[in-house]
Parts: sequence; structure tokens; C-alpha cells
Amino acid sequence: MAEPALALKGLAKSFGALKVTNGVDLTIAPGELHALIGPNGAGKTTLVHQISGTLKPDAGAILFGGQDITRLPPQARARAGLARTFQITSTIASLSALENVALGVQAHSAHPLSLFGNAARDEALNAPAWEALEAVGLAERAHAPAGSLSHGEKRALEIAMALTLQPKLILLDEPLAGVGHEEGERLIALLNRLKGRFAMLLVEHDMSAVFALADRVTVLVYGGVIASGEPAAVRADPAVRQAYLGEEG
Amino acid sequence: MSVATASPSDARPRAPAARPLAPLAIFILLALLPLAATLGLPPHWLTLVTRAMIFAIAALSLDLVLGVGGLISFGHAAFIGIGAYGAGILITEGQTELLVALPVILLACAIFAAITGYVSLRTRGVAFIMITLAFGQMAFYFAQALSAYGGDDGLTLYEKSTLLGHDVFANRTGFYYIALGTLAVCYWLARWLVGSRFGRVLRAARENAVRVTVTGYDVDRVRLGAYVISGMMAGLSGFLLANQTDFVSPAYMSWPRSGELIFMVVLGGVGSLHGAILGALAFLITEDVLSSLTQNWKVIFGPLIVLFVLFTHGGIAGLATKLRGRRDG
Repeated sequence: MAEPALALKGLAKSFGALKVTNGVDLTIAPGELHALIGPNGAGKTTLVHQISGTLKPDAGAILFGGQDITRLPPQARARAGLARTFQITSTIASLSALENVALGVQAHSAHPLSLFGNAARDEALNAPAWEALEAVGLAERAHAPAGSLSHGEKRALEIAMALTLQPKLILLDEPLAGVGHEEGERLIALLNRLKGRFAMLLVEHDMSAVFALADRVTVLVYGGVIASGEPAAVRADPAVRQAYLGEEG
Repeated sequence: MSVATASPSDARPRAPAARPLAPLAIFILLALLPLAATLGLPPHWLTLVTRAMIFAIAALSLDLVLGVGGLISFGHAAFIGIGAYGAGILITEGQTELLVALPVILLACAIFAAITGYVSLRTRGVAFIMITLAFGQMAFYFAQALSAYGGDDGLTLYEKSTLLGHDVFANRTGFYYIALGTLAVCYWLARWLVGSRFGRVLRAARENAVRVTVTGYDVDRVRLGAYVISGMMAGLSGFLLANQTDFVSPAYMSWPRSGELIFMVVLGGVGSLHGAILGALAFLITEDVLSSLTQNWKVIFGPLIVLFVLFTHGGIAGLATKLRGRRDG
């Protein structure tokens, strides 16, 4: 029953002589919000790329709900329920917010590439898309082109797109990066609301957000895990204080 | 079905509907042109506009991959050539029935598109342009080497295609309406395709292929599908072209011809579909008018195109939208 949502076993990746991922072990329980922190260049984004499948690890295994997905291409992982958001916002600028979300609904429908019927007027796609937009508080902006949304709204849109993939796990790559204080607060509240519906791996620089949201925290330094556990325990860990949190005084 | 909120129609407004007025106006004007011919327009114009509509089908097909899909194919003339040679060879062999010719041509274009598209889509950007150009030139040299069917000199046709034994292409006005009808059906098909689920993925992948891939789509498969459909449509234009000119030549698939098709799409406005039709009409009519004025018409034509593209972002279709916007406020 307690099959972890995600388990990394001895994951390793090198770019030349540089070990960007150095034997990483990590488990995330179903419904857990797991934060991944570490200084710049620690290899957080590289790790996310390997989990989502856009980068192949050199060694080790990635288990998703107990199933080995190490060799699966990204689109197969997405279909299996592994969703991600990007560090740099990644939406389809000319499509409306609603269409961006409907694109995700469509991917999981019975006929994702049907040539028949008008996709924009398809209620089977639009109804779940509206629900996801309402869940992230973007319903009023549904028909605005995604390119015209504010930075924080784009982040929320990305989360709405991830929601429609019926995810078991969402990889959130720095969702608060470059977002203003007020919009950041709103996003943190949003993540708090969504917590428990699926597992989340949150890569984030904002420490107050991490310690407010996370069930568990893993600290990555030079590609390796130096600490992993409850937020309070990680915060108190001397190695972490020295390597990372120490910088903040 | 347990939505506890009030009537969803209030909270969930429908998207503002787009009104396809410009395409409708184009087709109505084209349909009325033969009337003008009875009122004194030189009959030469019917032939010219028929030819322009035939190229509009090819430009439209190119806009589907170039404008909608974001794939700059520089070998699209090959499909015109396959369509034209398909008609030419069958007619030369005594088979004039278009119900035989069309399936053969469409199948040939689909196979050529599937193979060349599969290989070309392994690449991106400039490499894609170069590899489609290379495939186009391969088709060109193949036609040049076809000595049984005229080789370098081309192939003169002494008959036109027939429908169940009827000479449907014999009459100039009849041919005009066949070309217009084919163009209208192709335009309608293209719009249908762009609006479908398939088309939405194709459009989204033009802007952000990575996003579409991680959303769970096989982007290359979608692009290949569009490439095959586009190739078949361009083949149709080649079939009509052979029947209009009674002649087929390797020049139909030379790379300058592919370049002209790109010109037409850019001139009309990339990705708007009806823009490709306007672009083809403007290109061929301007070419005809200028070449009747002076022998050195290309010296005027080239700079004219450059200026037009420079000063009207979005081509003719974009210009029309801009003017309308200015008038509205």
C-alpha cells in the first residue's frame, strides 16, 4: 500500500568531469510535499530534468509509484501522471489561458489528436479546464492570451495545466522565482490548498515558503544529498547550516 | 457533476467568436469574376486567375506546415511536380480518368511526404530548411532523368483528364469553377484541421514544442501528419496545373518554385490560411501585369516584394486587419 510516489535510487549524472548528480537517493510518499533546496549550481534543476525525462541519467533508477520509469520518454511519464512546471514560465503565449489548460485535458482524453470537431468549442475538454482554472483562481482571465498574463498568473496557469494531467506527482521548479511578494503569498496559499491531493517536489529558493509548506526537506550540495528529513531537523542540521543556511546569517 | 456554484454560464463566458469575413469576401469575389468576363474583362484574366487559384492551393498547403506548424519547408514544389507528373504520365499512357489519377497522385504524395518528412523532422531550424530543399532537388533531378516522359524538355499533353468520360477541363469557365471549388474545399479542410484537437497541438508545438511534449504529446508525429496532409494538398494543385497548361516539366519542382511558394505565404500573411490565397493571387497577378509592361519586370518585382514585406508585418491579411482596426477606433 505505502508504495512511494517517487523513489530515486543512486541516481548519477556527469557533464564531463563535473558530477552534477552524485548518487542521489530520495523518496517521496503519496501526498507528501517534499522540498528540494540547495545553493546555486547544486544540481537541482538537472535532477528535475532527469525525473521528468528530458535528461537521461548515467546510472541509477527512478521509480514512479513503484514502476521503473528510468528509460521512459518524457511524454510517457507525463501520461503516467508525472507533471511538471518550468523554472522559466512555459505556456503557449498565443493560446488563451483556457486553451492552454484544455491542451492538457486533451492529452489525457480518448482521442488526443482527433481531426474531427472544433477543439475550442469542445465541452468535454473545456469543462475540466474551467475546473482547473477555478481551482487556481484564474477563471476571470480564461479568455486572455497566456502571453498577456502577469508573471504570477502564468505560474498559476502552469499549475492549472499540471492539475489536468491527473497527476500523482507534480515537479514544481522554482514556482516563486521572479514573482512579486503579494503574488508569491497567493501562490503559497494555492500550494497549501492543493497539498495532499498529490505528491509534490518543490524546488525553491524562498526559504520562508519552503519551511511553511514542506512536509520534508532534502538539501542538495554539489550534486549530493547532505541532509533529508523534517523541516525543523534539517534546519538544525550543522552540515546544512554550514553549507547553505549559514550564508543567510 | 456536483458543481455547487451558480449557473456556470455566468462564471464561464464563451470565447469571443471569430468571424471569417475576409475569406468569405475573397471567395464571393472570385465566384463573381467570370461575370465580369462576360461584361468585357479580357478572357486572358480568367486563365490567369485560374492559374493563381491553382497556386493558391499549393500556397495554402504550405501555410499549413509553415505558418501553422512553424516548419519552413523549402521543397514544397516537389509535391506540385509529383501531382503534375502523375497526371501527365497517366494521360500519356492513355489513362485520362481523374477518378483513377487522383487516388494515385494523392497516394504518391502521401508516401513521398511520409518518407521525406520522417527524415526531415529529425532536424530543426536551418537544417530542416536545407534537408527539405535537398529532397525537393532530388525530385527535380529525378524528373529531369525521366527520359521516357520528356526528361529535361518536359512532357506535352495532348489530352486533359476526364471525369467518367466527360471533358470537364475543356471549358475555360468550367475549369475556373473547378479550380475555385477545389480551393474552397481545401481552405475549408485546412480551417477544420487547424481548429481540431490535432490542429491545436500543431499550433501549440510551433510556439513551445518542449511544453507540448511534456504535456504528453508526440510532437514529431503530429508534425509528420500535417506534412503528409499538406503534401497531398499540394499534389492536387499539381494535378490541376498539368491540366491547365497541357504541359509538365521538371521546372515545376525546381527550388525557385519552392521559394516562390514561401514568398506567396509571407506576402499574404503567415499562418492565416486566407492570407496564402491572397498572397498567391497578388504574386501571380503582379507578375503577369509587370511582365506585360516590360521585359525586365523582375527588377521591379523583387524590390516591390521586399518593400511590401518590410512595411506590412503580417502580409496582406495582416494589413487588412490593421486597416480595419484603425477604422474601428
